[in-house]
Amino acid sequence: MLLRYRAREGMLAWAFHRISGVAIWLFVVIHVVDIYLVGGDPKAYNTLLQVYSSTPGRIVEVLLGAALLYHALNGLRILIIDLWPVMTVYHRALWYASWVIFVVVGIPGAVIILRPVIGPALGIGA
Amino acid sequence: MVTIDPRTAGRSRPQGSGFELFVWYLMRITGVLLFVLALAHFSIMHFVFDPSQENASWIAARWGSLAWRVFDWTLLMMVLFHSFMGVRTVIGDYVRGARARLLTMSTLYVVAVVLFVAGTAVVLTLPVVA
Ligand code: HEM
Ligand code: HEM
Repeated sequence: MLLRYRAREGMLAWAFHRISGVAIWLFVVIHVVDIYLVGGDPKAYNTLLQVYSSTPGRIVEVLLGAALLYHALNGLRILIIDLWPVMTVYHRALWYASWVIFVVVGIPGAVIILRPVIGPALGIGA
Repeated sequence: MVTIDPRTAGRSRPQGSGFELFVWYLMRITGVLLFVLALAHFSIMHFVFDPSQENASWIAARWGSLAWRVFDWTLLMMVLFHSFMGVRTVIGDYVRGARARLLTMSTLYVVAVVLFVAGTAVVLTLPVVA
């Protein structure tokens, strides 16, 4: 065996990738329909848009963004090792690096999306 | 059940040169493109602008630029292929029995075609506004 494989990390990576992939897929099915309404029934689209800028809507968007970011980073990690096998040596470093990027990009991102909700409480405006 | 590569915790490269290998590569190629397109799209919609302003006339104005129509249509093609082929793998893993599988897979492909047609129609035909 080329490397010491930690089953726990591997199983988590696989399960999260699958769950996030299916979750984003569900969103895309809805999203293509809502963008279709921009041409088909703009009034209905504008009404629906209010869901996106509501408080529950924003919380769902933070979760969607987290799923997208995790899936994107983990997908890139898979790609790097698949297409560039020497990187297998660094597989654990790649796994931890993807989590560092997830937190460093994800936290400010979540704050920006939730600013209209949490902004007044934090004193940073809407 | 697809086999998982212990090095990546992703699907291992299928043997031979058939359809499954083709899908495996296309998942990776569309994946790299989505890394740029999908993350850019999400960032534009939430960090550059905000959903509260993205109404129908805002979109029509954005689509006044051909470049954004091309961007959105490319994103549409990549995400439909990638996510439907991905879900196809998931269904293949969990749905047992020939009839159940035929039914779920057919439904999946019908939904894919409907989204392909609806998504392409709107990005092609939405009238240009000033
Ligand atoms: C943002 C950049 C993305 C990258 C780099 C990426 C990468 C990947 C890769 C490499 C795979 C194959 C994993 C394997 O063969 O085991 C995969 C699977 C998958 N992806 Fe993505 N992807 C991205 C975005 C998306 C999006 C936006 C969606 C949904 C709309 C999505 C849904 C899926 C699904 C459902 C699977 C199948 C999961 C499984 O078989 O367990 N992906 N992705
Ligand atoms: C909640 C987060 C999101 C918001 C608020 C949003 C918003 C929008 C808006 C306003 C458009 C209209 C076109 C434009 O102005 O450029 C659009 C189109 C589109 N979005 Fe999103 N988007 C989000 C997330 C996503 C995600 C995660 C994906 C897939 C990875 C995606 C895929 C698409 C596609 C494919 C189109 C073009 C649809 C078509 O041409 O029919 N969006 N989005």
